[in-house]
Amino acid sequence: MTISTVYDSVDWDTIVTEGRVLPARTADSEYFWNGLIEHRLLIQRCTGCQTLRHPPGPMCPQCQSLEWDTVDSAGSGSLYSWTVVHPPYAPGFFQPSIVGLVALDEGVRMVANVIGTPPDALNVGAQVSVFFADQAEDWTVPQFRLVAG
Amino acid sequence: MSVAPIAGRAAIVGAATTEFSKNSGRSELRLAVEAISAALRDAGIEPAAVDGLNSFTMDNNEITAVARNLGVPRLTFFAQTPWGGGGGCGTLTHAAAAITSGLADVVVCFRAMNERSQQRLGQPPASSASPAMVTGRALDNAWSQPFGISTAASMMALAARRHMHEYGVTSEDLGRVTVQERDYAATNPNAWFHGRPLTLDEHQASRMIADPLRLLDCCQESDGAVAFVVTSIERARDLPSTPVVIEAATQGAGSNHVQMATPYREDITGAEEIENVGRVLWRQSGRTSADVDLAILYDHFSFAVLAQLEALGFCQRGEAAEFVRSGAIGRGGQLPVNTNGGQLGEAYIHGFNGIAEAVRQLRRTAPNQVADASAALVTSGSHVPTSGVLLARG
Repeated sequence: MTISTVYDSVDWDTIVTEGRVLPARTADSEYFWNGLIEHRLLIQRCTGCQTLRHPPGPMCPQCQSLEWDTVDSAGSGSLYSWTVVHPPYAPGFFQPSIVGLVALDEGVRMVANVIGTPPDALNVGAQVSVFFADQAEDWTVPQFRLVAG
Repeated sequence: MSVAPIAGRAAIVGAATTEFSKNSGRSELRLAVEAISAALRDAGIEPAAVDGLNSFTMDNNEITAVARNLGVPRLTFFAQTPWGGGGGCGTLTHAAAAITSGLADVVVCFRAMNERSQQRLGQPPASSASPAMVTGRALDNAWSQPFGISTAASMMALAARRHMHEYGVTSEDLGRVTVQERDYAATNPNAWFHGRPLTLDEHQASRMIADPLRLLDCCQESDGAVAFVVTSIERARDLPSTPVVIEAATQGAGSNHVQMATPYREDITGAEEIENVGRVLWRQSGRTSADVDLAILYDHFSFAVLAQLEALGFCQRGEAAEFVRSGAIGRGGQLPVNTNGGQLGEAYIHGFNGIAEAVRQLRRTAPNQVADASAALVTSGSHVPTSGVLLARG
């Protein structure tokens, strides 16, 4: 079976991440993982100079402020780069899995899977949007889909 | 020429490797002490004279166990330079710094690993029901590992694709790096791929690992050990071997770094850490890219060689594929690169076997000898915080 045929046969509304190494988190980053549970894609913002940053950290590298809040991302962006991961596989992924480096419209980049599309449909610059797949009470995984058109 | 106090003040006076294999059949500790004692014999220095010992992270051997087995009774300098394969030349940098500052007189640098038979570095992590231990590394991994970016190949793939997109580089262009290195390996009796050159068609037929990186874009997995003995150039002059002078040495990290091949830096198409290393090496040594006879460029992936040729100024950004296609890195070329076959062709000892090749070239005992080689630039792992040295025949 070709990869495209395999992708056509998958029910993408059911994403099973069982067995994945789950993210380690601290007070600097738990807002992101908690936001996903509410189906919100949050980006850290420095309240000193308003600069957005991802991945998050305790200090703004622009102005060294320790004060920050978050803004909701619209969840739209484009593929800055991407890969298709072949064996050796980590547990808990559709195989082969596509991983995108998404340039969100707000201006930060984020790594996440691109789901529901065979790899040969992907291009650098392709438009994508986020959706959220609930996996457990405290674990929702953000995924991206190609935007039609 | 040089203004840096570290430059040209220390030399490699002993070097040795074990055989390179897929299963050494002995412990990593035994590999370490075999290589180190051979390097000390090469240097004409007794173990008791060693007062500095350094490896880099991911080496499983305790410094104390290595010293105990060698019969080294006292140490005044010991370290493990961070960032795995990025730390290789950093051990020489720290050795030179220790020697020029008076912290130590004789420093041994080593790397020993059963990477193929015992601990395969290219494998993804095993399943884990609970979140990983909250180390700094685990926190960095949190932004990619839950999405399947958990091997070096998959991290490098994101940078490689963007580079290929921006500069029109193809899979065949990556393949030409592997083909060239396998050409060198074919005539190096120490190389795993001795007698086995590769065609571009064979490269193109190899399976994808992390698209666009194929199996034959990835370095080998190997068992083996490499060790060096470093001392002052004054002491080096009284020893039997031709000293290999550390003309320049530095570590180098870059901006906005997360994991390997940080995907968050504004420009992910280059090799910023190596660019920073190169800038210091040229300044310390007073040399330019035209003044080295060969280069050993860390080749965990074929793509890394292209990125480093550009970062070090051997060619312009986006021109490395053409540079390789022209034959510049091959035999008799403008800049022979990885003349032992590199980690794609000789063995993967986390870059330490490449430093051994630079030493052989400058002693003029290499299987693929570059005529009159007198200066070599060596880098450690690209796309991570790294290091580099500029070595010269003393």
